[in-house]
Amino acid sequence: MQIYLFDGTTEGLLTAVFEWFERKPGKISLQTKDKHQPDAFYDVMFIHNDSQKASRVWKGLVQKLSKDWIRRLHCCCLAENEETWIALFQFCCNLFTTPAAIQYNYGDPNVLLLSQTAKKVEREKHRMEAFIRFQETADGIYYCGIDPDFNVIPLLQRHFQNRYADQQWIIYDLKRKYGIFYNKQDVQEIQLDLKMGLRSSILPATQQSAQESLYSLLWQDYFKSTNIPARKNTALHIRHVPKRYWKYLTEKQ
Amino acid sequence: MSDRIREKLNILADAAKYDVSCSSSGGTRKNTNKGLGDSHSSGICHTYTEDGRCVSLLKILLTNHCIFDCAYCVSRKSNDIQRAAFTVEEVVSLTMNFYRRNYIEGLFLSSGIFKNADFTMERLLRVVKKLRLEERFNGYIHLKTIPGASEELIKEAGLYADRMSINLEMPTEAGLRLLAPEKTHQEVITPLDYVQKQIVQFKEERKLIRNVPKFVPAGQSTQMVIGATPETDKEIMQTAHRFYQDFSLKRVYYSGYIPISHDQRLPVIGTQPPLIRENRLYQTDWLMRFYGFHVNEILNDSNPHLDIDIDPKLSWALRNMQYFPVDINTAAYKMILRVPGIGVGSAKKIVQARQFGRLRIDQLKKIGVAYNRARHFIQCADSPIQLRDYQGFQIKAFILAESQSKYLKHDLNQIKLF
Ligand code: SF4
Repeated sequence: MQIYLFDGTTEGLLTAVFEWFERKPGKISLQTKDKHQPDAFYDVMFIHNDSQKASRVWKGLVQKLSKDWIRRLHCCCLAENEETWIALFQFCCNLFTTPAAIQYNYGDPNVLLLSQTAKKVEREKHRMEAFIRFQETADGIYYCGIDPDFNVIPLLQRHFQNRYADQQWIIYDLKRKYGIFYNKQDVQEIQLDLKMGLRSSILPATQQSAQESLYSLLWQDYFKSTNIPARKNTALHIRHVPKRYWKYLTEKQ
Repeated sequence: MSDRIREKLNILADAAKYDVSCSSSGGTRKNTNKGLGDSHSSGICHTYTEDGRCVSLLKILLTNHCIFDCAYCVSRKSNDIQRAAFTVEEVVSLTMNFYRRNYIEGLFLSSGIFKNADFTMERLLRVVKKLRLEERFNGYIHLKTIPGASEELIKEAGLYADRMSINLEMPTEAGLRLLAPEKTHQEVITPLDYVQKQIVQFKEERKLIRNVPKFVPAGQSTQMVIGATPETDKEIMQTAHRFYQDFSLKRVYYSGYIPISHDQRLPVIGTQPPLIRENRLYQTDWLMRFYGFHVNEILNDSNPHLDIDIDPKLSWALRNMQYFPVDINTAAYKMILRVPGIGVGSAKKIVQARQFGRLRIDQLKKIGVAYNRARHFIQCADSPIQLRDYQGFQIKAFILAESQSKYLKHDLNQIKLF
């Protein structure tokens, strides 16, 4: 079987679909470059990203699929994992070669995997919208560092931009080493010099604004007072707020 | 200064926590004035209390001073507790600062009654006006309607609030008379009805004139306390049904009574709150709102109480075995929805997927059907042939035996919705 080697980006994936479509070689194996182990027995084709080819495939998808499905595919690309890339590839190839509306066939393993993965990515996005806690820095910027399971920052931008239109803020992905900064006009992608001490989700006290400690204290107090001891149910609590997110949460410090 | 505000927040959040509603859904306010905040239509829970309830709003009382003496309430006049009151500015700056840090979706403001209803309502109104008009705050605001407040004040408040609510407190008039002789259901019904009529009227006008302002866009809700007085589940859910119908309520909340008083009319302090019962009532509420059940199908004179050991959907199915088995590949959507172990999401997927071929067991499992439960009630492409018909009570025994180990491992408090 032929191997298609691509760079693990959306553009690369779409280019691969284009190349496959031009050649129709039957079943191939899609792999990302950094996971690939060279093997002399296989015939490897390197996919060279080509934005024109990619955008033609994307346009084709937009024509064939509803908005919801396009959103799902977008989420799956942000999942950035091998299994999902393969499902995406096969799904796209099937979609263009069969006349039926295969996206509704939840009996098909690719359709199911993509809709489940998209759900996971959406859930991570939703959790970030819920669990991000801004801290006000000494220069009046509201900062939060995150390390989400999937690359959700592109999905977060609009929500935060609409909501916090009258304050400056930064959301920084500590794992993927990039973030977005809103300056009350527009959003820019940024890379921070981590020597500044922004290595974790919580700001060091020296960089906080004067009011910051009061409000985080008040919030912690508030969280304690909402609790009704007679109803205590720790298992349910942890199901809603999994422990790996506690490091973000002011009320859990 | 910071100590005083901490103390107030502790007292006034503590007194507000017995109101279980914390939903921030249904908000439609958009950030069009470059201010702060933008509603999320389905709401966001920013954290959860240690008992697993959603925390979405800053839920506080303006004051816990009160001229009334309702036996079930911590703020009642005769209760010997610390009292406090926020200033309008304090509530506004707490809300703004919590919102800016993404702690909350907005404010849920309620109050004890000080002096009289209008005086109290007028103060609440000052808070919301300052937030909306001076601070350009577009986050969610849930405001308590104070029973007995004048219609002008209520109407003005409705222009700034997203949701308004008044609690019925006791599911029946008799229960209320017992614990709060100064109150009646009518006092709740009058303002609920007034607000509902205004909502309808504003909507009508908006159809004709586009810049008519929104009025309570997220609708109204109410809360009933469960287990303080001896109502049956049937009485509780019929009251809920009536209020959903008559006032188009968005939500009815059921709050298991937490003993806070030595009053002889009430369960003694230390009694466990009826959490499983509360959960069963919520499940019934869901069946009525999302699963097409009528309240009388679930609760009626021969079944005035919900089962504690199984959920109401399963319980209905077992009493109505004549409708089963349902053929997954041909049955109508609304029948598939009634199968125990199949939720709204899976039912929709089934109806779409079966157009591509007859569905098998493994596909149902992948779609998300709780097959071990559902298998007693369905037929699909490869269902094994059943040699004998089981009775409802036998199936119940199978299901309970299967879930027994799970129930034993977990706390009974944390049963999920289906
Ligand atoms: S009027 Fe409200 S705050 Fe006052 S005692 Fe009754 S329930 Fe409590």
